[in-house]
Amino acid sequence: MDQYGWLLVALPAAGALVLLVGGRRTNAFGHLLGCATVLGAFGYGLALFARTVGLPAEERTRELDLFTWFGVQALQVDFGMRLDPLSLTFVLLITGVGALIHIYSIGYLAGEDGRRKFFGYLNLFVAAMLVLVLADNFVTLYLGWEGVGLASYLLIGWYTGRPSAATAAKKAFLMNRVGDVGLVLAIFLLWRELGTLEYAEVFARAGEIGGPTLLAITVLLLLGACGKSGQFPLQAWLPDAMEGPTPVSALIHAATMVTAGVYLIARCSPLYDLTATGRLVVASIGAITLLLGAIIGCAYDDIKKVLAYSTVSQIGYMILAVGLGPAGYALGIFHLLTHGFFKAGLFLGAGSVMHAMHDEVDMRRMGGLARHLPITFVTFGLGYLALIGFPFLSGYYSKDAIIDAGFGAGGTAGWIFGGTALLAAGLTAFYMTRLVLMTFFGEQRWRELRTEDGEEYHPHECAPVMWVPMVVLALGSVGAGYLLHAGDALVGWLEPSVGALAESEVSVVPHDLVPLLTVAISALGVLVAYLVVGRHRVPVDRPQRVSLPVRAARADLYANAINEAIIARPGTWATRALVYVDNKGVDGLVNGTAALLGGTSGRMRRLQTGFVRSYALGMLGGSVLVIAMLLVVSY
Amino acid sequence: MAGGLLLLTLLLAPLVGGLVVATMRAAPGAAKATALLFALAELVLAGFAWFAFDPGAGRLQLGLSVEWIPAFGARFALGVDGIALVMIALVGVLVPIVMGASWEEKLPEGRTAAGFYSLLLITESMLVGVFAATDVFLFYLFFEVMLVPMYFLIGRFGGPRRQYAAVKFFLYSLFGGLVMLASVVGVFVVSSEQLGQGTFDWATLVTIADDVPESTQMWLFLGFFLAFAIKAPLVPLHTWLPDAGAEAPVGVGVLLVGVLDKVGTFGFLRYCLPLFPDASRRLAPLVLALAVVGIIYGALLAVGQSDLKRFVAYTSVAHFGFIALGIFAFSTQAHAGAVLYMINHGISTGMLFLVVGMVMARGGSRLIADYGGVATLAPVLGGMFLLAGLSSLALPGTNSFVSEFLVLVGSFPRQPVFTIVATCGIILAALYVLWVYQRVMTGPLRGAAVLADGPGAATDPDTARGRAAARFPDLSVREVAVLAPLVALILVLGFYPQPVLDVINPSVTATLSEVGMTDPVTGSGGN
Repeated sequence: MDQYGWLLVALPAAGALVLLVGGRRTNAFGHLLGCATVLGAFGYGLALFARTVGLPAEERTRELDLFTWFGVQALQVDFGMRLDPLSLTFVLLITGVGALIHIYSIGYLAGEDGRRKFFGYLNLFVAAMLVLVLADNFVTLYLGWEGVGLASYLLIGWYTGRPSAATAAKKAFLMNRVGDVGLVLAIFLLWRELGTLEYAEVFARAGEIGGPTLLAITVLLLLGACGKSGQFPLQAWLPDAMEGPTPVSALIHAATMVTAGVYLIARCSPLYDLTATGRLVVASIGAITLLLGAIIGCAYDDIKKVLAYSTVSQIGYMILAVGLGPAGYALGIFHLLTHGFFKAGLFLGAGSVMHAMHDEVDMRRMGGLARHLPITFVTFGLGYLALIGFPFLSGYYSKDAIIDAGFGAGGTAGWIFGGTALLAAGLTAFYMTRLVLMTFFGEQRWRELRTEDGEEYHPHECAPVMWVPMVVLALGSVGAGYLLHAGDALVGWLEPSVGALAESEVSVVPHDLVPLLTVAISALGVLVAYLVVGRHRVPVDRPQRVSLPVRAARADLYANAINEAIIARPGTWATRALVYVDNKGVDGLVNGTAALLGGTSGRMRRLQTGFVRSYALGMLGGSVLVIAMLLVVSY
Repeated sequence: MAGGLLLLTLLLAPLVGGLVVATMRAAPGAAKATALLFALAELVLAGFAWFAFDPGAGRLQLGLSVEWIPAFGARFALGVDGIALVMIALVGVLVPIVMGASWEEKLPEGRTAAGFYSLLLITESMLVGVFAATDVFLFYLFFEVMLVPMYFLIGRFGGPRRQYAAVKFFLYSLFGGLVMLASVVGVFVVSSEQLGQGTFDWATLVTIADDVPESTQMWLFLGFFLAFAIKAPLVPLHTWLPDAGAEAPVGVGVLLVGVLDKVGTFGFLRYCLPLFPDASRRLAPLVLALAVVGIIYGALLAVGQSDLKRFVAYTSVAHFGFIALGIFAFSTQAHAGAVLYMINHGISTGMLFLVVGMVMARGGSRLIADYGGVATLAPVLGGMFLLAGLSSLALPGTNSFVSEFLVLVGSFPRQPVFTIVATCGIILAALYVLWVYQRVMTGPLRGAAVLADGPGAATDPDTARGRAAARFPDLSVREVAVLAPLVALILVLGFYPQPVLDVINPSVTATLSEVGMTDPVTGSGGN
């Protein structure tokens, strides 16, 4: 049954094709078709998974050659698939969470124009994401990599009438392209060094690459990962991506696409295994980002932006983990999976809140929603507890393991990585508690307010087609961590792909102490949030007189301002200057030279009248050149 | 010999068609239909040539050679290699599409459809000739003569500044051509020194290329190079293109940028490299520098344009930089990528030109600032614009990705610095495409071309929207039929370009050995 692996991709791809080419004709059934293809892929993925579990560990990695994409002499690029524990894990995450979010979208976009087009884009995304994780060579990976970027671009810009959506979509694509340059340069280096781009051969012969080159390759791959996963310094696009409809934020900008960077590094573990410096760079980027995301997350009042910065921060944890090498690859994937459950659930919950509140996202205008949206409150609450690492829920196991591994790096690095991750766990508890308090508890501030259209707010629970997926994800948020953790189920399963999990012997903090520390710090974060937010009245208007750190956090720690100052503005000026130079300078110079050689005086316009004369002169000039050249040749 | 007759028919059929159509001044409808028939017949003939060509057989196939000017050994000799064949196929595909796209074009006063379509067919014939000639003098002749129908197409049927643009185009090309003539004569002289008897036969000249002293090669190379660098505009010789591209009718612009300019890059591969190998290697760094400057410079200028057609023209300047980079990086991957790029650029930029033309046909303005929110009124048009743009920025899954990737991956081992700079160009490509798309297609309805001004328009948004919707209907059946083959090619060549590469590969492998180079990366040597 392996040989039909291509069906995994073909199903959603066919769905996308039918929906996008069929246009209005598919209005009636478009959403159902969209869900069916992803559910079908999920079912097939489950079957493949079951079969693979039954195989002995050394036979679990299979490669499937489909057809030659393009080839010139030594360079042969095939469409091929690698079915192994890592890729199958992602297949289940993508199609499983993907199917739930497809179903949710039926309700979320009910009554909206062009819903089938939305499902077409979502199907396109799922197909591209599956290509990304199933590829067996770097070029096919890049196809999926850019394919998900396109789907992300289309979906961020879904509300075409909104200028901010179009700007956010373009920004996402551009910042991703900066990362892509890194990824393709890494591919070029691999080609130059090894003469192949197939995973199997690249990984088998990674040792032939010289140290500095290997470092360059790993850092360039990391640049690609930073673009796709919203990591420092390319993080600024992800919060803006919240312009897209909320199901998109849940699927693409929380659960799956933005974790592609983590996948890339885990997939290339045979390269990272060989360069300690490369791993150190990865872990450092992860540590910087997880702290940065958590700090900014504390300052926002927009419910989706807080969740977006939370995503930036949590992916930082995953990048930190895979940067720790054999001690962390499996842990990064572990956190990626649990995060996929609870963050997707949180976003769907936020979508339900927005649905109930006329698309309001400002939490200052909410409050006391728990009793109006009971199901949303409970499912959101479970996701919240999982995220802050409440004991025995999903996030507790996976985040704890990363903090532990951080300390396990040993020495100064151990203190920095472990300490940052621990500190950010406290910040996470703070900003998430603040979010829950402002949204679901306290005064019902919306009662005094009116929507943009001047109507009253009437919060109401959403339809079953929306809350059933939320319940499923909430169950995952509760149980996934334990299930994957028990008996090292996930770690053992991933071993054929990323190697065995290494236990640290140089940890700066005893292993048994770490869970206690984490829970204590998180509890502190919850407490502080309660004291700061829960016990006071939340002003509807944002306080303007705030301390410097808050101001900095509200300004995204000035990331956009820096981009603007060093890239956007000089770029605009350079472009304008070049247009001027090209019109006046280059054109003028060449015209002038031409005129000079032609023997006429001055400008092009005159040449129009003296056309025959200049033709003749041109002939003369040519003949002179011929003679001159013959003389040169002869003597 | 049957193959040779096939090529001769390919050359003559559109010429005959052009002459026939020229007589039908009184019946524009019949003239258009006849012209389209001839163009479609030519496409079928090109298909025959495609299947008659055997990639595994010799370098030049479907040959034909008859005595022509015995006084200096010039022969009327035709033949194609894989590179020429795919270019002829591209011509065959694009001309009927261009005709379909121009079907409802409003011609300037006093001009007839017969004249326009006749000139299109004659241009097609000259293009076949320039790609199929295997005699250097015959090539030169076609190279110069093809200017004439193009000059009239721009100068008679173009926009408001068509005269200026046409003369500028003509003079630039003429200047290049004359310098090339000097080199053509030089080649003859050199061959008579080497062989005792002068010849223009390309295959013979290749065999003596290595014996020519490098200093001589340099001069002869520069003569050809200048002509080709003007045609496939390399910075700083590009300034005629934005004017010609902007003033030419949309269909002519497609032919100009899509095929005619490729004669320059074709010339690099067919003439500069094999005939002057030492000079090519010596001067490669110079050309590469111009190419890479062109990639960045063209892209930045495309970002800064305020005119839709000039925008397309400047994106082409950047794309030609990629092609030149591939040609002078000397590896089979880069060469094959460059040839494939020549095809793909014709398809994707051709489509971008056509879509821009469809926008302008509705709005009546060339200025980007006059548009906004068009995709809400005409979603299919918006989707086509985006698809053409995505192909232009070489998104994987579209045709252009394969060629751009091959050029870059093939150039990197030998020219890492130039390749890194060129790779940064992909960011700018995303910027210029998506920014124009954002301004023209997304956001609220705005701009003078979209919101027709008139009484009541400013005060009543519904009336304004209704008028805008009436001015921007979605694609007509004719427009869909024109774009559909290009969409299909973009996707098919994006996912399955191998049949085309199979035709190209033997020829570029031969070219690489003619220029005396070998691949820097010869495969997974380790095992």
